[in-house]
Amino acid sequence: MRLGIGEVLGMSSLYALEKLHKVYDGRAVLAVDTLQVREGEMLALVGPSGTGKSTLLRLMNFLEAPTSGTLHYRAQDVTASAPLELRREVTTVFQRPLLLRGSVADNIAFGLRLRSAPVNGNVAHMLRRVGLANMAAAPARKLSGGEMQRVALARALVIEPRVLLLDEPTANLDPYNVSLIEDIVREQNKTRGVTVIVVTHNVFQAKRLAHRVGLLLNGQLVEIAETAAFFDSPQDPRTAAFARGEMVY
Amino acid sequence: MEEILAGLAHALRLIFSGDPALYEIIWLTLQVTGVALGLAILLGVPCGAALGLYRVRTRGLITVLLYTGMGLPPVVVGLFVYLILSRSGPLGTLSWLFTPYAMIVAQVIIAFPLTAGLTMTAVQGVDPALRLQARALGATGAQEVWTILTEARIGVVAAIVAAFGGIISEVGAVMLVGGNIEGKTRVLTTAIVLNTRTGDFDLAIALGLILLAIAFIINGGMLFLQRNALE
Amino acid sequence: MKHFTLAFILTFAALIMAGCATATPTALPPTVAPQPTVAPQPTQAPASACALRLATTTSTADSGLLDAILPDFEKKFNCQVDVVAVGTGQALEIGSKGDADVVLVHARKSEDKFVADGHARERFDVMYNDFIVVGPKDDPAQILGMTSSADAFKQIATKQASFASRGDKSGTNSKELSIWASAGITPTKEMAWYNALGQGMGETLLTSNEKGMYTLTDRGTYLAMRDKLPNLVIILGGNSLDENKDKALLNPYGVMAVNPDKHPGVQYEMAMNFVNWLVSPDIQKMIGTFGVDKFGQPLFYPNAKP
Repeated sequence: MRLGIGEVLGMSSLYALEKLHKVYDGRAVLAVDTLQVREGEMLALVGPSGTGKSTLLRLMNFLEAPTSGTLHYRAQDVTASAPLELRREVTTVFQRPLLLRGSVADNIAFGLRLRSAPVNGNVAHMLRRVGLANMAAAPARKLSGGEMQRVALARALVIEPRVLLLDEPTANLDPYNVSLIEDIVREQNKTRGVTVIVVTHNVFQAKRLAHRVGLLLNGQLVEIAETAAFFDSPQDPRTAAFARGEMVY
Repeated sequence: MEEILAGLAHALRLIFSGDPALYEIIWLTLQVTGVALGLAILLGVPCGAALGLYRVRTRGLITVLLYTGMGLPPVVVGLFVYLILSRSGPLGTLSWLFTPYAMIVAQVIIAFPLTAGLTMTAVQGVDPALRLQARALGATGAQEVWTILTEARIGVVAAIVAAFGGIISEVGAVMLVGGNIEGKTRVLTTAIVLNTRTGDFDLAIALGLILLAIAFIINGGMLFLQRNALE
Repeated sequence: MKHFTLAFILTFAALIMAGCATATPTALPPTVAPQPTVAPQPTQAPASACALRLATTTSTADSGLLDAILPDFEKKFNCQVDVVAVGTGQALEIGSKGDADVVLVHARKSEDKFVADGHARERFDVMYNDFIVVGPKDDPAQILGMTSSADAFKQIATKQASFASRGDKSGTNSKELSIWASAGITPTKEMAWYNALGQGMGETLLTSNEKGMYTLTDRGTYLAMRDKLPNLVIILGGNSLDENKDKALLNPYGVMAVNPDKHPGVQYEMAMNFVNWLVSPDIQKMIGTFGVDKFGQPLFYPNAKP
């Protein structure tokens, strides 16, 4: 088990966000007062489309800098930018697979090649894990939607990230691929202790996967709680409405 | 028709006769065009990539300039280079006028807008989300640019092909700044002009066919690379 | 991906190879000016590092005269001659910028101006040939039999017969314009029969052959291309220079070394070697016999003052 400075000091949070704001063209899309993410947990962020969930993930992957507020990762202030070695501990699987030209194996090896890490054994292992062992040489963009998303997941996992960010990863997939992907994510969390933050508007997915669930509305974190508490005894009436499936979006 | 057939026969005879003067002309053509194309790639592709990838305040203006450059008559470029490199010009001390260097300078100026402009267009055509994905997978700035360029490689190869075609067939500028000196600055196109001028049409046609064959082989090679890139 | 990388590597490799190779044949003239710092120096010294640049007209180069006589100079002085063959106007322009060491042209007035402007110290007679008027066999302007070029041009204008002009400020073009002037006519673009082509002698002859136009040409170029001009005949000027009754049609060539006082970069000494060589009796004799075996008459008549 890897231990960061936070753990040593008895502060167990991997991410610590304070008054984190993001403004695009004068429009505030994100205004999170405070959020702590624990190492090794699976956190689901739910809420209607366009409430800043994806923006939050981009900030947590250090792809963009916040307009104001502070962002700490492993007890380091990474608000403005994160050093490469920290940046490379975190990766994202987006809603679209975003595969590159080339074969399935080339795509999975992409992150390893960026790090000049050994490719062969790792890629083969990942290919088997996502059920595409006999597709290694196939052109990646000619696969079905579910297969492509599994390639994207394998590409993210092969670099052994500390944090896996998932942005609506199964929104367009059939139940078979959804359960396959959820199984792999759950297994990575359990066996390797990967911290997972999944953004979804699917209440049931949040329930199936997450240890904790948070609701984002209009860029604000309305409520965050253990999964059982979130669904069974919500504190905020809007959370209750969302949990019951009554929130129209 | 007779003339064309005679030219064809002449071309074949020339190629297989091992005439050293002809090989000299072909070799110089390949050298000048090769170096010019290489430099245009070295300068143009990074410029085009930067313009396509980063927010540049003057991009509109630069784009218009590049597109204008693509339409600039080569002979105007030649005249400009001539005046710059002339002994009475600002760079006269280089003594580059009427040497292959001057021809390369002119060809680079002709090819640069093509490599830069078309690379820019190709890069702009790549899904911007791919760039984000590459960074999310741990790409450094340079790796990110390289990833986008390889994604846009079909367009980049097209840019290179266009630039190659533009300069290997160009005659006005290289005639002006090279001077068509036998054994020194005579390339296929200027040799064709010379033989047309003297009415040696069959020789001109033969040289034209050789130029055509070279262009065909090189473009075929590039297409082969592009095909593989499609995989 | 691999192929693409390979392509780039190949390009770079070709670039480097070509870059080195280009340096070899490029003998930079050993000028008094500082050597270029950017230019790679020749890795292998060529047989002769000396290269004299001659700006001349297309007629001397295209007729094959230079190919016949220059090897003698190159051997005697161990100095290569780089021939830039262009129109007389452009050749003088190249000389007046100091981009050539010596010029060999045929436009007396412009040559005198070149000397007057200080671009050369002196002009030397080298040789002459003559201009002729060629035109379609059926001679629509009915010039055949005339002896004066000015009269013939007047007739062409009166009959509005199609005429092709070089229109390129070449020596031939300036001669043509002086004939029009002596005929009291100023050709303008409003005259539909007058076609200023802006082309070299060869192209102009070929165009005249295709379109059935009259044109003024130097005899040498016409003789060299006669096989390709089946529709044209000599209308004025006879079958050789001796038969040409119009002395205004004589076409003298002059040679000038570019003045080092005005253009310090030029190789004056070697240029004067060239001038003296060109007017020497041996070479003058060689000029006088060039083309006789092929055309039955010389293409150029030497006239250097001994």
